[in-house]
Amino acid sequence: MAEIKFEEVLKKLEKIVEDLEKGDLPLDEALKKYQDGIELSRLCAQRLDNAKKKIEVLAKTKLGEFELKPLDETKYS
Amino acid sequence: MPRNHPDNSAELFALPEKRPSPRHIYSVSEVTHDIKGILENTFREIWVEGEISNFKPSSSGHYFFSLKDENALLNAVIFSRNIQEIKFKPEDGIKVVCCGNIGVYPPHGGYRLIVEKIAPQGLGNLQLALEQLKKKLEKEGLFSPAHKRLIPYLPQRIGIVTSLQGAALHDILKVLERRFSDVEVIIYPVKVQGDGAKEEIAEAINNLNQFSKQEAPSAGIDVLIVGRGGGSIEDLWAFNEEVVARAIYNSKIPVISAVGHEKDWTIADLTADLRAATPSVAAELAVPEKNDLLGKIEKLLDNMSLAIDHILEDKEEDLAKSIDNLRLLNPLVRLKVYQERISGFVSQIITRARHLLELKQAALQEAVSRLGALSPLNILGRGYSITFKLPEGVVLKDARLLKAGDELKTRLGKGEIFSKVTEVK
Repeated sequence: MAEIKFEEVLKKLEKIVEDLEKGDLPLDEALKKYQDGIELSRLCAQRLDNAKKKIEVLAKTKLGEFELKPLDETKYS
Repeated sequence: MPRNHPDNSAELFALPEKRPSPRHIYSVSEVTHDIKGILENTFREIWVEGEISNFKPSSSGHYFFSLKDENALLNAVIFSRNIQEIKFKPEDGIKVVCCGNIGVYPPHGGYRLIVEKIAPQGLGNLQLALEQLKKKLEKEGLFSPAHKRLIPYLPQRIGIVTSLQGAALHDILKVLERRFSDVEVIIYPVKVQGDGAKEEIAEAINNLNQFSKQEAPSAGIDVLIVGRGGGSIEDLWAFNEEVVARAIYNSKIPVISAVGHEKDWTIADLTADLRAATPSVAAELAVPEKNDLLGKIEKLLDNMSLAIDHILEDKEEDLAKSIDNLRLLNPLVRLKVYQERISGFVSQIITRARHLLELKQAALQEAVSRLGALSPLNILGRGYSITFKLPEGVVLKDARLLKAGDELKTRLGKGEIFSKVTEVK
């Protein structure tokens, strides 16, 4: 899911709804679109649910390597 | 050129070399016109520093004053159309830097600096540098709208370049928590003011890009917020530095600038893909509200279900209509229709035939009864009789056919008589 852009999926879903609302599609096409729409909405929801909360601090070590550490919330603000 | 020594009158007067001939006599207008041309063409968009003296606003809204230093004095004017751009109050004794053109006013035979921009010195120097840098970077296309990238709609990972101690980080994290709590945040702590700030900010942007490239595609950074909370113009200065502008411009990750200063745009703001007036606003621009999105998707799903229901209903109706049409076209149904019509005809025929028969029967009866009335036997009943000649049995209508001795048979109403002819007359 990481590589599928949320906004693209959302746009596709919006387009499908629009097409279906026009109502002039052949039945098999409409059903195919409906099925696609369900799948897309599932992807959207998955993307929203899969997001992880993580706050990290990035620094570069003297050796030039990146080092990620969780934010020590007491250290700021 | 005497530009560096405007007070060196000997050199200035030595200047016009192409005087046609010593004998040429100028009119005042002519020489003034030439002077005007030389001065105005030479001293365009020049920067002059000096101290304000004789400051005097005119009744028509212009500012007249002089700029002076130890050795010289330059008359100057700020026309009213440029006055509202001045961010401080000019007064005698203030050291300023002015930008403008030299203008010659022939009726008075004098020249003045026509000031377009003026700033107090000190800060003025910064502003001067800023203006110059702005012009340079703009020429290079660093602020070009064509270069601006779209901020992703829903970033998975946000990079933040700011100080760990500042209010900016706190504000950003608070807004992110409220709008979309489960987004990943990678903070690259930097100094946001003082010595080394600009280098640290630029390096952080570069390093985040490098890190993102290294982690991509699974864990790349989708958007950067670069900024700090509000402060004085000097506090924000790192965000006006060329090295920061270039780092923003070269960033492969889209950048939202978030320098807490609503009125003035820093060079970082001009270069960034999107400018937020404050760090909180930057966080709002960076992520959508999760609940909005969930609601939106739910609504889309509802609309989609409604739409497909409609379509199905329509199709069902169409189908029912088609089935009806088909039924009418079924040959068995048509056969039945014909059969019904035929049996209708048949029963009609039977009815008619029966009727006809009845009529004929009635006619027959009538004829029979009329026939009965005509039967000779009935006449016999009334006293007439028929006589036959024997043995032929022919009916006798003429006595002359008989002779005496012929045998006769006579039928009466009831019974028969046999007799012999005795005489014929």
